[in-house]
Amino acid sequence: MQISFTLNGRPTIVDVEPATLVAELLREQLNLTGTHIGCDTSQCGACVVHLDGLPVKSCTLLAPALDGATLLTIEGLQGAPGSNRLHPMQEAFREHHGLQCGFCTPGMLMTAVALATERPDLTEADVRHGLEGNICRCTGYQNIVVSVMAGAAAMNAARGE
Amino acid sequence: MGNVIGIGASPKRKEDQRFLTGRGNYVSDIKRPGMTAGVFVRSPHGHAILRSIDKSAALASPGVIAVLTGEDAAADKLGSLPCGWGITDAKGVPMKEPPFPMLAQGKVRFVGDMVAFVVAETPAQASAAAELLTVDYEVLPSVVGVLEAVRPGAPQLFDDVPNNICCDWELGDKAAVETAFRKAAHVAKLSLVNNRLIGNPMEPRAAIAEYEPGTDRFTLWTTSQFPHVVRFLMGALVLNIPQHKLRVVAPDVGGGFGVKQFHYGEEAVITWAAKRVMRPIKWVASRSEGYVSDRHGRDHVTEAELALDETGKFLAFRVNTLANMGGYLSTFGPNIPTNLYGPLLGGVYTTPAIYCNVKVVFTNTVPVDAYRGAGRPEATFVLERIVDVAASEMGIDRVEIRRRNMIPKEAYPYQTPVLVQYDSGDPMGCLDGALVAADVKNFGIRKAESARRGKFRGLGYSTYVEACGLAPSRFAGRLGARGGLYESATVRVHPTGQVTVMIGTHNHGQGHETTFAQIVSEKLGVAFDNVDIVFGDTDRVQFGMGTYGSRSLVVGGAALSKATDKVVAKGKKIAAHLLEAAEVDIQFEAGKFSVAGTDRMKTFEEIAGAAYVPHDYPLEVLEPGLEEQAYYDPVNFTYPGGCHIAEVEIDPETGTVTLVNYTAVDDVGTVINPMIVEGQLHGGIVQGVGQALYENAVYDEGSGQLLSGSLMDYCMPRADHMPMMKIATHSTLCTHTPMGVKGCGEVGTIGSPAAVINAVVDALSHLGVTHVDMPATPNRIWRLLQNASLPVAAE
Repeated sequence: MQISFTLNGRPTIVDVEPATLVAELLREQLNLTGTHIGCDTSQCGACVVHLDGLPVKSCTLLAPALDGATLLTIEGLQGAPGSNRLHPMQEAFREHHGLQCGFCTPGMLMTAVALATERPDLTEADVRHGLEGNICRCTGYQNIVVSVMAGAAAMNAARGE
Repeated sequence: MGNVIGIGASPKRKEDQRFLTGRGNYVSDIKRPGMTAGVFVRSPHGHAILRSIDKSAALASPGVIAVLTGEDAAADKLGSLPCGWGITDAKGVPMKEPPFPMLAQGKVRFVGDMVAFVVAETPAQASAAAELLTVDYEVLPSVVGVLEAVRPGAPQLFDDVPNNICCDWELGDKAAVETAFRKAAHVAKLSLVNNRLIGNPMEPRAAIAEYEPGTDRFTLWTTSQFPHVVRFLMGALVLNIPQHKLRVVAPDVGGGFGVKQFHYGEEAVITWAAKRVMRPIKWVASRSEGYVSDRHGRDHVTEAELALDETGKFLAFRVNTLANMGGYLSTFGPNIPTNLYGPLLGGVYTTPAIYCNVKVVFTNTVPVDAYRGAGRPEATFVLERIVDVAASEMGIDRVEIRRRNMIPKEAYPYQTPVLVQYDSGDPMGCLDGALVAADVKNFGIRKAESARRGKFRGLGYSTYVEACGLAPSRFAGRLGARGGLYESATVRVHPTGQVTVMIGTHNHGQGHETTFAQIVSEKLGVAFDNVDIVFGDTDRVQFGMGTYGSRSLVVGGAALSKATDKVVAKGKKIAAHLLEAAEVDIQFEAGKFSVAGTDRMKTFEEIAGAAYVPHDYPLEVLEPGLEEQAYYDPVNFTYPGGCHIAEVEIDPETGTVTLVNYTAVDDVGTVINPMIVEGQLHGGIVQGVGQALYENAVYDEGSGQLLSGSLMDYCMPRADHMPMMKIATHSTLCTHTPMGVKGCGEVGTIGSPAAVINAVVDALSHLGVTHVDMPATPNRIWRLLQNASLPVAAE
């Protein structure tokens, strides 16, 4: 079937098998491999993307659900293509060593941006609770939590400008 | 241009840009023209005779290209998966080493054992065809626990391995230990289990193989911590592919923790199959598939006894362990519960006599091998638990009993009774630092406050020492290593002065691209931005043993340091010629070659240019080019150590253990990048906390089914399980590595399980609890509380 949606700011039309998962569509058909698949039970969160502004696990979403929707993936987080400038949340992860092997990082970032957007006054406890659906095996979460707090503050500051 | 950023600085990581923007290049991201999909058919039974396999329905399924089984592998005369270590028993009898076929032949020995490989046009077609494969199994009883496996009448995995015992290994002076026990004023005893773990790097294993008929070359992309070792073992011992015809690439790898430091059957099968079908093949494991095929870790059952004199001095330590090997011997398997366990039983103490017996046992479970820490967390757990038991029984404070037995800083180098000689350390300094950082003196106030809320609070200590930097090759050879374990680095200086390093270690989260660039920047005076690190490709990197055992900086970094020294030495020759001075008069400092006592100098860039495009050059005595290679073999292990203090609060209503404070003071030697070291410690500690509180791989006895077969059943630590940890270093320098480094990759995982369980036991000690097995889940604690004599109310 044919579906049309906005992908990272660009109108997109694709033919998909109805049983295709969004994570598969992104990775296999659209060559956007930044969205990762780390499990088969929707536990790990490496595949989180934003559907109409809300974080979702793309490994449990069927592609037809995208029809008419707006999708943001890690590849679109920086904004306009051609810019190598990082989003404030990406910059915070870099600054505070919030990543090691990088595999969970795209999902962590997408969840973190959604958390910070939803709650501008994030506390450490909010962040730890809000990352419940994202597993990292490398960092022990400490620097991720620090990064998300710093990234949220930077996003707030940017909004205020 | 950028600046020199050297040792001790914390520049932001070079590797981050690609990972932050979704541009990492992991194996599962790679596509090859004409690529097909491979799916493994795995045994659903723990133990069964493989009577026959009927391929016909699978072969007739749409899109199927090939179905391969163990019979096909045997017909092609392929080798068995090799074990890299051969251990022996006390009489020198070699371990039992049954073959480990890449696809099962005759029998399956664990749930997940590979039975067939199906190749089809798409993953969906391969999966559909795999369902149609008819495998006739004669199911046998399984045995999954080590205690059960060695009992008379237990199911036998191999006809020629009586009682499933691979090796009955021992270390230490048994007679001296017995004598000391007879003289002891007190003997503490402890039985414990070191729970079985699943490593869970976030990236599941994956591989792509391709054969190019035009050049007769194979390429394997694999999620590996050591691509050269895969090329060597697989090419030379399994598939009979000459090394120059086989390229192994491990690109970005999403975490390893040991799970990816073995040569897996999947790698051999897919490479072999790629030539048979003449198309590239891709296989990507699901998480659940990884659970029944990634090598597991730990899984010990241990009886320990500590003999003490009346003052609490340790006289002797005796440990008897049954260690689970699973269904076959994996690459490092038998080495882990023996050589990486027994020699660490001295810990940071002066115990004069130690004896350790380890029975290495086959069971119908996934093969067990190294998982972050590998043997050393098990040793630390036994020792630090029994020290607490002894302290409690003798009425000696837990810190005091440790102090009375610690090796004083002045006593280093210190020869233990179990082979290893520690070169440097200061355990007392780490302990003192940790006591202050953890605010132990006010613990009583916090405990009383918890009690007012009806909670039990406990404090737990763990000191530790580990042997890392694998490995001094001669020493490892004596222990049974079938190959040396040195490391190599090539430093290629380009004509314009930038540097590319080719190194045999593998970066999968540890920040090598940054740390190694700092070493080069410091040693050559080259801008940090002008150094790139290449790894993970056997066509680009000369050779290397890879990354495991906290060896990358210790062994690889030392090779790199040596190679930069050679670059400087050659640069001096070039400078001497250009500056018309004697070579001995040339000094190199901060990127400049100068003639001593003069202002005549050449920059590093000028020397690099002169090396590559010489027109005025003494070619008869000096070769052009500026590229140097070094191999490094350490003379000893390095011995990081430290003290960890955990503080927990237990809710008696639910049995839930909450980790409320965690403090670590570690001696990791010279720190190149403090930010990265701290990150390694955080991650390691949480993996250890996971073992202590959450993680457990559980098999069903009899059927051999893995009950904790997915992330739904196996509890991984989450962000809200952890408090903010307090981390500090208290470093003494390694006396034999070039930069004084000791390694830091595993320390967190080694120190933490004992600290956490000691805290849990402390919190429950008023109820008469003397030991809690890992993981200390709410269920386990709640049951303990129900059986305890006191009502559910804090004192």
